[in-house]
Amino acid sequence: MGKRVLLIEDEPNIIEAISFILSRDGWTVHTHEDGTSAMDKVLAMPPDMIILDVMLPGRSGFDILRDLRGHDTTSQTPVMMLTARGQEKDRDLAMRLGANLFMTKPFSNAEVRDHVRNLMEA
Amino acid sequence: MMPEHRLVGLRIREKRLDRGLKQASVAETVGISPSYLNLIEHNRRRIGGKLLADLARVLDVDTGLLADGADRDTLDQMRVAAAGLSIQVELDRTEELAARFPGWAALIAEQARKIAALEERSQVLTDRIAYDPQLAGSLHEVISAVSAIRSSASILVGPEDLDQDLQRRFHENIHKDSVRLADSSEALIAYLEAPEGVLEQSGSPFEAVEHFMQKNSWHLPVLEEGAVPTEVLKTAGLEGPAKTVLRRVLADYAGGAAKLPLAPFEKACRKFNYDPAALAQNFNVPLMMVMRRLAHLPPDKGHPPMGLVICDAAAALTLVKSVPGFTIPRSVGACPLWPLYGALSRPHQPIRMDVALPGRNGTRALCFAVAEAQGQGSFDAPPALQSMMLVMPDPPETAADPYPVGVSCRICPRAGCASRREPALKGMDIQTVL
Repeated sequence: MGKRVLLIEDEPNIIEAISFILSRDGWTVHTHEDGTSAMDKVLAMPPDMIILDVMLPGRSGFDILRDLRGHDTTSQTPVMMLTARGQEKDRDLAMRLGANLFMTKPFSNAEVRDHVRNLMEA
Repeated sequence: MMPEHRLVGLRIREKRLDRGLKQASVAETVGISPSYLNLIEHNRRRIGGKLLADLARVLDVDTGLLADGADRDTLDQMRVAAAGLSIQVELDRTEELAARFPGWAALIAEQARKIAALEERSQVLTDRIAYDPQLAGSLHEVISAVSAIRSSASILVGPEDLDQDLQRRFHENIHKDSVRLADSSEALIAYLEAPEGVLEQSGSPFEAVEHFMQKNSWHLPVLEEGAVPTEVLKTAGLEGPAKTVLRRVLADYAGGAAKLPLAPFEKACRKFNYDPAALAQNFNVPLMMVMRRLAHLPPDKGHPPMGLVICDAAAALTLVKSVPGFTIPRSVGACPLWPLYGALSRPHQPIRMDVALPGRNGTRALCFAVAEAQGQGSFDAPPALQSMMLVMPDPPETAADPYPVGVSCRICPRAGCASRREPALKGMDIQTVL
């Protein structure tokens, strides 16, 4: 079984597309659509990497990232933020909170695949 | 700098020339010799009293304007205009400019007001783009749909081997997202093409409310007669945040009108010489209610003009009723010495302060301020403080010296003020306005 990537995203067709791309690249992709229970999902089965959307129902990706970095289990887990909001202040906030990478929508499939590869190899 | 009394002659000359009148004919009309009028016009003779009034009548101009030049508000607005831009101007000649070219002075003042209003509106629109949840939501929908389409389409045209089921699935996904994209694009366009009226209303809600109240001279007879605020709200033409702010203002107005009906209140105002504390005691109502009520007195019943300013605990102005003679700047921070702000550090303790603004005439105003906690309060949150200041310009002289305050640091000449937060503009020294 390949390394586990947890995709926390609420857009079904984006979930399906990214899941497909990464699965074909050898990753085991788990998905979760809700912000409120995202930390429970992470801690129940800590992944090797997390792709985290900013705008989620219930709780923002920034809040989840803050919790991830404050928890022993996930403080070092690579996190790639994914959002439609590409404003500089969002990027700065994500990096300050400890994101490893910030990617804005719309993205290319190759971009997602390459970033995940690079983060896992780093 | 030319002293003020010397400018009177200059203004007389300007007005006479504006009207195309000969020195000799004007002199004859007011009963003096042409050579004496010439001396007056060249500021070599002092003038006042009846002769000044006669000349004002002949020149068809207000005596006060001829004697004092531009009003204090215009001068302050001109200085605020200078404060807003980094262009160096001859601040020490502001009064001279206003005296010689009153039309241009009014234009500068009005332009300063308009620039401040436009800057405010620009900020509101910027905030709208940055923070409006409806716009953010629409854009998020569009970008999400585009992302999903791009990703699904890339999979379909990419090098991956896809069986027919997967191909159909991604085609369906693209179709669904294209429908979603069309809908969200339409919603976005509809939002961006909002009628001009909606944009107008998206200006500063406080100023929109103040504009509405100003149009009604801050007096609403229907509320005085017992109408409920919603009746006024329906016809006010305000929407969104401005409507919310107006609802609060009208509720306060109606509450005051119910407790303090106009006729007995006006009678008591005259009896107690508009003293808010005496009125509050007489009617056994909160001081703030009386201060609001004073600001809403009818404008045509001979009551003295009164201004009202309200701010929150962060000193942000939430209501400004201007009054001639006491400029309340919105675009640049006001004077921290105003009792409005002092009251915030002494909640529930009314402050009465006779103040003098800097300037040749030392314009005076009597200010009443009090800060009170709003709402029910909570053990777990700081009190929601609100401070209110009632301003009565030109009060009767008193034995005590008035307390020196300013309008705003940038245009204040008072040297050595411990409350100064920023330097005054170059040229704005004590000589400029005294």
